[in-house]
Formats: sequence, C-alpha cells, structure tokens
Amino acid sequence: MTITIHDLRKLPGSYMPGSAACPGCGATLAFRLVSRALGPNTVYIVPACCFSVIQAPYPKSAISAPLYNIAFAAAAATASGVHRAYKAVNKDVNVVVWAGDGGTVDIGIQALSGAAERKEDLIYVCYDNEAYMNTGIQRSGATPLKAWTKTTPTGKREMPKDMPMILAAHRVPYVATASVGYPFDLVNKFEKAKNIRGFKYIHILSPCPPGWDFPVEKTAEVGKLAVDTYFWPLYEIEGGKLKITVKPRKRPLKEFIRLQGRFRTITDEEIDELEKIVMEKWQFLEHLEKSERVF
Amino acid sequence: MGLDDHAIIIPVSKPSKGSAGRTGLWRVERPVILEDRCIKCWLCWLYCPEDVITEGANGFPEVDYTFCKGCGVCADVCPKDAIEMVEEKL
Repeated sequence: MTITIHDLRKLPGSYMPGSAACPGCGATLAFRLVSRALGPNTVYIVPACCFSVIQAPYPKSAISAPLYNIAFAAAAATASGVHRAYKAVNKDVNVVVWAGDGGTVDIGIQALSGAAERKEDLIYVCYDNEAYMNTGIQRSGATPLKAWTKTTPTGKREMPKDMPMILAAHRVPYVATASVGYPFDLVNKFEKAKNIRGFKYIHILSPCPPGWDFPVEKTAEVGKLAVDTYFWPLYEIEGGKLKITVKPRKRPLKEFIRLQGRFRTITDEEIDELEKIVMEKWQFLEHLEKSERVF
Repeated sequence: MGLDDHAIIIPVSKPSKGSAGRTGLWRVERPVILEDRCIKCWLCWLYCPEDVITEGANGFPEVDYTFCKGCGVCADVCPKDAIEMVEEKL
C-alpha cells in the first residue's frame, strides 16, 4: 500500500509547533512525518542529541507521545528494557529510538550492536545531520569526506562509516536509508518497518542549515539533491535482499556540493574524486541488488 | 520516617504548543499564501518543518504565525510560487 498526501494529512502526529529547533530543521521535519506513519501507539527513546534539546525545554515538551531522555550510550539498551517491560504486561507498543548520528555511529554503537544481535523488537532511527550539531558542529563518524566542521577546519580526511551496511551485517530483518527530500519514500519505509517483528534500522539523512551552511529554505531541496546526485542512495534491505527504492536520473555531484558552505574549501578536482567514490558506491549497490542475499 | 513519607520528584515535561516560547518572534520574513495561485497540493504542509500549516476555513492552507519561524521551506517547495516571503515590520 502506498500512502498519499491526503492519507498522511488525516493521520495524527506527535509534534507540537513552537519547539526549540532551528528554522528549517531537517530533524523535526522527519519526526513529524515519522510520528504520523507510526501512529499514537509509540514510545520514543531519545539519547543526547539535537532532538533532546529540541523537544524538552523543561517544564514543557514539544512531543505529545511518551518520550524518555537517556544518556548518550544507553539508547538501544534502554529501548530493549522498555519493550520487554511492555511485553511483560501484554502491551504491544512500537518502541522507537530516535537518535542522532553521534549517538548512533560513535557513542551508541555498542548498545545498538548488542540490541541488534539480541533481535530486540525495536525501530532504531538515526537522523543523520553528519556532525555533532547541538554542541556546535564537531566532526562525527558520519561526517562525509572533505566536509568542514569546527574540529576539521581543512575538511575531514576520513571516509564516514557505512552504518546501514554495518547493521545489515547483523542480519536484522529490516534496514533502510531515507531522506527528508523524499518524504513518501520515508513514510512508506516506516509503514513497512512497523509491521515487521525484530530489529529494524532506518537511517534518515537530515540536512542541517546552520551546520551544513546553506540557506534555511533549502532543507527539502538539499535532501532531494543528495539523493539525485547519488550522494545518499535510498535503499532497503528486507530479509537480506537489497532493493534500491529510488532511482533518480543522475545529476552532477557539484550541484549538491556547491549549495553548502561546509564544502567551501573543496576544489573541482576534489569534487571529481568524490564523484568517483559516489559512483563506485552506486555501482556496488546495483551489483548487490542483483544478488539473492547481501549478508 | 520511612522512604514513603518523601515525595519522589521526577522531572517530567508536559506536552504543549510553544515549548520554546512564541517562536513566531524569530521570524524575519513571513510566508503569505496567494490563494489565487494555490492549487491545494499541500506540499507546503508536507515539507513544513514546524507543522504550522493547517487547513483554513476556506479550504486553503493557513499559517499559524504565532509559531512559524519563517524558514521559507514552504515557499521553496511550492510548485506554483503561491507563497510569497514578505519582510516582517515591527
């Protein structure tokens, strides 16, 4: 079943306007859509990240669903406990971890890996703004090559971790990537994840206007360009079988790079180099799509 | 005096609109919907990061200016250029 915009508008969301998010925030945009797809029967676990700042300046909260703030490293472990507690009283609740890239790729990875290995029935969402944004733009394990952050002033020298593939190697039932530039693809992936038992991992690219240094009104456009230039391929791995869900016509990577201030020091030769890496990744995914099982 | 005599205080935030105050005050430009151009595709609603666009009494999108932060994503995604960003004047 594919959701249309009119279906989506009828669904109740859990986001309340007037939160502490920056104007044009990709994370709140993703959360609004996800909370509609998952419905009110959902509990969120949020480790330290932008979202813990966004949703709860005590004594008010911007989220109308039950939400638990927890320490950085403990999100997946807490969610495992919360789900088991609900199970003990015979309640079927979607337990969702809503974590940033720092809490997933760097600090939270051991609890996440453990929960995936134990086959906990959770949806782990990483909204990826590609650096530690709420502490002031420090590089993380998800920051792309050559991107400027305050701790990589001349551009990052290392490749980011391929988190969805790390999780796919755990042989979990569902792994997907999504982008706020393709909202229906995002919503459909959550619709699907909701009905699968076991560990689900969804990695959302969430453009950050202050951190990536692009004009605030371009959030959706940057999210879409990331997919159209093959910088952020959208795929899902269901039961080990990979499927590329959006295959757009390729646009030059330069369009995506030159829109953002964080790549301002990059030369045209370096863009060609990045283009090569991006195309290699895409061809690798196309190759995987043909095989029976990825892992 | 046992443990039961002490109230255990847990910091629980209560959901409410405007948890960060009247965020509409952050706005530099306000989105104005031009109803003669609008085709009610609701893409502005879909992409609004702040969830401030609702259906007004006349069936057209309506912006809640109390909380709209004026990011302009709605104007950027509008396929008919039916949203104009107008500078705020005090």
